[in-house]
This record gives sequence, structure tokens and C-alpha cells, in this order.
Amino acid sequence: MISPMTAPISEQLPINWFSFTLLSPLIGGLLLAFTRQAEKAFSINVIFSAATFLGSIGLALDVLQVGAHEALNGFFFVDAYNVFLVSLTSFVALTTAIYSGPYMRFEWRERGLPNHRLRLYHAMYQLFIFGMLLGFTTNNIGLMWIALELATLATVLLVSLYRTPASIAAAWKYFMLAGMGIALALFGTILIFFTSSTIFGHSNAALTWTMLYAHASELQPTVMIMAFAFLMIGYGTKIGLVPMHTWLPDAHGEGPTPVSAVLSGLLLNLALYDLVRFKMLVDLSTGSDTAGHVMIFFGTLSLLVAALSLHKQHDIKRMFSFSSIEHMGLMTIAFGIGTPLACYAGLLHMTVHSLVKSGIFFTVGHAAQAMGSQQMDRIRGLIRHHPGIGWGLLIGTAAIAGFPPFGVFTSEFLLFSATLDSYPWLIAPLLTGLLIAFAGLFRFVQPMVYGEVAEHAITVKANMVPIYVHFTLALWLGLSIPAFLSGWYKQAAALIAGG
Amino acid sequence: MNQLMFIQEAISIAASLMLLISFALLAQHRLLSVLHWFSAQGIVLAITTLLVALISDHDELYFSAAMTLLLKGALLPWLLWRIIMKMHIHREVEPMVNMPVTMMIALGLVLVSFHIALPIEAISDLATHNTLAIATATVFLGMLMMITRKKAVTQVIGFLSIENALFFTAIGATHGMPMIVEIGVAFDVLIAAIIFGLFFTQMRSTFDSLDIEEIEAKAKRR
Repeated sequence: MISPMTAPISEQLPINWFSFTLLSPLIGGLLLAFTRQAEKAFSINVIFSAATFLGSIGLALDVLQVGAHEALNGFFFVDAYNVFLVSLTSFVALTTAIYSGPYMRFEWRERGLPNHRLRLYHAMYQLFIFGMLLGFTTNNIGLMWIALELATLATVLLVSLYRTPASIAAAWKYFMLAGMGIALALFGTILIFFTSSTIFGHSNAALTWTMLYAHASELQPTVMIMAFAFLMIGYGTKIGLVPMHTWLPDAHGEGPTPVSAVLSGLLLNLALYDLVRFKMLVDLSTGSDTAGHVMIFFGTLSLLVAALSLHKQHDIKRMFSFSSIEHMGLMTIAFGIGTPLACYAGLLHMTVHSLVKSGIFFTVGHAAQAMGSQQMDRIRGLIRHHPGIGWGLLIGTAAIAGFPPFGVFTSEFLLFSATLDSYPWLIAPLLTGLLIAFAGLFRFVQPMVYGEVAEHAITVKANMVPIYVHFTLALWLGLSIPAFLSGWYKQAAALIAGG
Repeated sequence: MNQLMFIQEAISIAASLMLLISFALLAQHRLLSVLHWFSAQGIVLAITTLLVALISDHDELYFSAAMTLLLKGALLPWLLWRIIMKMHIHREVEPMVNMPVTMMIALGLVLVSFHIALPIEAISDLATHNTLAIATATVFLGMLMMITRKKAVTQVIGFLSIENALFFTAIGATHGMPMIVEIGVAFDVLIAAIIFGLFFTQMRSTFDSLDIEEIEAKAKRR
């Protein structure tokens, strides 16, 4: 058996990038909680997000130099699987912060969002990033649960930021369903501790990933399967898998747009990351594909149901949130198949989906501000009204629908090849789901971007830079994947596939 | 040895009390009675923790027991009580239509819990391992309560009773999680409780009601 971790490095690194990356959002959040001037808060938010991104670059360079390693007494660790997710998270967090400045300024000036709620928004945004990064880097499955819960709680208050009836109802639903899901996940975690504590004794070692992987074959398979059932439902709720997905469209639809972008682009990734980590452990312990089959089932169900539900939407953000469920389903299938190729496809898809979907939400936010509504039949003639927004939405939709040469096409193509190798019959539901979603996306997007401008349209100052950056990156990943990233994907895919 | 057996018996009794309280929570109509039972659950949980502390060698469990009594037996129920009193909803009665059906489902869940937990219990050699089935059942019953209730306050109590049940599972199955995890979880629950409080005021000012069905209907109309 290959142990996924190397021994902790003894040499001291010049700057501890771990502490830097994790402390930056925490300090930023505290500072923003007490920043009364809105204009200052916008810049501070960007500065701290940039610092966090810098830290994650340092962390990534460390991994390139010395490989997987532990830090801070083994409480944290990075390997090929989580390091690119850390960089991705802090990158999208930075671009979202840049985007959020002009967007929230509009909400604050034109729509009368009070100052103290803007403060709440900024503080919770940074706290959310902290929870995300903690969840990705922690070596302890208990802490990982706490981190995901923290990130969830931070976003609950962001969803109800506007205090409209619909937003409060949506946030409540999100809170309750997420709470129930996360409780099941904790139950699964306790079950794992139940069997691992018979090996390691009553200590933190029994909850430590690196220790668990090294001794996975000694864990009781019956308990592990049981635990996985609870973890699947629990973390599956947070991934947004059908039938536990009902909170997701409401939460994405009602919150401020930057929040929708990070919910779709980042939070769902963390939940999936957690689930896949557990799947690796369960596979090692049971030596069977049971966990993978369960994931394929839920993934396919999510793909099909989300693709169909997409057609019934009237609200543009809700429509794209169903597209997120569809893509999370695809990734769950990829990791469920579990061959190195499928996992590679899943990891690539995770990256490009985060980039493209958050980019789409950025354009959607501006489109809704320009038309004064999120209802799709009120949004008309975007290209004539504001070519940047219109083309952005069209390009983003093409990218997410899987048009070449964007990265989504590459990852879906790889996923199809992997599926043909292992589960050929799965191609039928996969293709059906993708085609239905494809039709839905263009059916709604075409009338919104082409044609005459709606009469009620107003001019907005759109911040297009983050949008272009995201789509360019997605395009780049579709044309050629940089060697170091591809190396990480391969390593991580081998880890996930071989345990 | 005699004392050990006595404590084991006491833990079993506490476990059955937990299950009983879960049913009571599920069946109560009056808001204040639900709150009383919730507080009782916290106290039973603290007693169980204390009993387990006596027979295990983890001294931190005494601390856990004290924390549980303070947080779940007193502080959280008191906070909820204050909110209920401030909003003048303490006389509210929640109409529950399908009580017999709910109870049948609850019974079924208990059976399922025993079915899935018994094979696992056999693996452990801890003195408290036979509580796992009941602990699983209390988790499920808490969820059932969250699903069947329509008022925000009772849904929250359902949420917190799941939290209690999870703590009970950890105590029974593994003599508690490591300290850092337990403190982290307690911290999250506390944040959640604060957010609940915020939500109640938001709902009150926006909807003038804490009835989730009413709120969702109003939100759809907007």
C-alpha cells in the first residue's frame, strides 16, 4: 500500500505560509467588523484577500519544492490534492472581493443597504474564507467538520443580508437543512472515531487523516460503510446533491451576487473535497467499490433532476444554481468511478467549474442590476445595452455548457472516456443530462442577450476585469494545462484512485 | 466491581431516559413544555457524562459534564425562554395533525436504529457500547421533530436536541471526542444559537410571525 503522505519535513521554512494564509482572513475579518467607513472597507477587503492569495501561492511553491508535508505539529497538512484547492479558493476569493467592491457600492448607494450590514457582509466574507481554508488544510476530521460548519454559518447571515421576506425564508431553509445534513456528517465522523479509537486509543491521532490512511486496513469495514452512508447524506446535503438540494437554489437566488459566486464556486467544492477524502479512506478499509457506487448513484440522480429542473426556472440566479447542482453531480460521478483518469477529470472539472460559474454569477449580478430584476423575462437585449455584460454572459454560458475550447469541454471529454472504460452504460444518462441542461441554458440565455433593450434598463458601472480573468483562465485550461498543475492533478488522482 | 456494574446500570437507565425525552419532545403541543423537556434532556446528558467520567480514565469528561450542564441544561434553554417571553408566544400551542402517524414513524425509526447499530456495537469493548442503538434513535427522532414542526422556535429546539443526541452518541460510543473537537463543536453550536436569535428578531420584524409555513407563503407572494 502506498502511503499518501511523506514524513514531516524537519527543515524550517523561511516563512510559515500556513499561519500566514490562515491568519490573514481571520485578522481581516476582525478588522472589517470594526471598520465603519464603507469606502475603506471595500479596499481592506481586497487587501486582505490579496494577502491570503499571496500566502496560498507561497504554500503552493513549498509543495512544488518539498512535496506533501505537515505543519504546526501535524495539525495541518498539504498534499497535491488540497494545495491546488487552497490556491483556487484564495484566488476566487480575491477576484470576488475585487468584484464585490463596485457591486456592493451600488447596493449601498442605490438600493440603500445600511452601513452596519455592509460591515456584517465584509466580516462574514472573510470569516467564510477562513473556514474554507481551515477546512482544506486541516489534518483532523473533527476540525474539518467544524470548519465546514463555520463556513456555512458565516454564509447563512449573508444570504439574508437584504432582509427581504424571500431572503429570510431562504436563509432559514438553508440553515435548517444544512444543520441537519451537517449533524449527520458529525454522526458519521463519530462512527469513524468509534472504530479508529480502538487502534489509536482515545486521542487526536484517531481523527488524523495521515494516521488514518496509514492504518486504514485495520479499520472495521462494517463500521466504515455505515459511517460513509451518514457522511454521504451529510456532506451530500452541502454539495447540493439531489434529493438534499432544496436549500441551494433559494440560498443562491436570494443572497447578494458575490455570495452566490463563492457559494457555488467554493463552498460546494469544500463539501465534495471532504466526501472524497472519506471515500478514499472507506475504499482502503473495505477494499470494495461500494462507496463509489453510492456516489455514482447520487451524482447521476443530481445530474438528471437538476437538468430537468433548470427548464422550470424564472429567476436567473436560481437557473444557474441548478446548473451548479448538475456540475456537482458530474464531479461526484467522476470521483465515484474512481479510476485515475476519472479523478483527473473530476479535479479539472472542479477547477474550471469554480472559475466559470463564479464568472457567470459576476455577469449575472451586473445584468440584474442593469435591468432592475432577477426575473429572466425582464432581462432583454443585454448585448445592445452593455456589450461587456452581454457577451460575458453568452461566453460564460457557452463555457459552462461544455463548448470547446473551454476547460469544461476538456474535463467532460475526459470524464466520458473514463466512463467508457469502466461503466459504458453510464454514458446514456450522462449524455441525456448534459443535453437537457444545454438546451435549457441556451433557451433562457439567448433572449436575454440578443434583441431589443428592455425599456426599464439603467446604466451600471460594470467591473469586467474579474470576469475576463476567470474566462481567460478557463480558456487557457481548455487549450493547455500547465505542467505543474497537471502534475498535481495526476498525483492527486493517483492518491484518490489508489488510496 | 459491584460499583462498576451499578454505574453501568445507571448509564443504561439514562440512555432510556434520553429516548423517552425524545418521544416527549416529539409529542408536546405547548411551546413551554417543549422547552422544559429540552432542558431535561440537557440535564440527563450531563448526568450521563458524569457517570461515564466515573468509569473511564478521561478526566476531561468531568469538565465536559460541567460544561454540558451549564450550556445545554441551563444557558440555551434560558436564552430560548427569554426570547419566547419577550415575543409573547409562551402560550402558543402548535397544532399537530398527524400525531399517530408521526408516532408510528418514530417507532419505526427506533427499530431501524437498533437494526443498524447492533452489529456495530459488538465491535467495541467499552462498558457503554450498548447505548449506541439508543443514541442513533435519538438522532433520528430529533430530525423527525425538525421536519414535522412548523414553528421556528420548535424547529430550533429540534436542531439543538439533535446536537444533544450527537453528544450522547459520542459519550456512549467512544467516551467523548477529543477535547479540541468537542470545544470546537460547542463553539459552533453557540454561534448557531446566536444566529437563531438574530433570525427570530428578523422574522418578527419582517413577518410579525415565527410560523415557517406562513413565512414561506408570504415570501412566495412578495
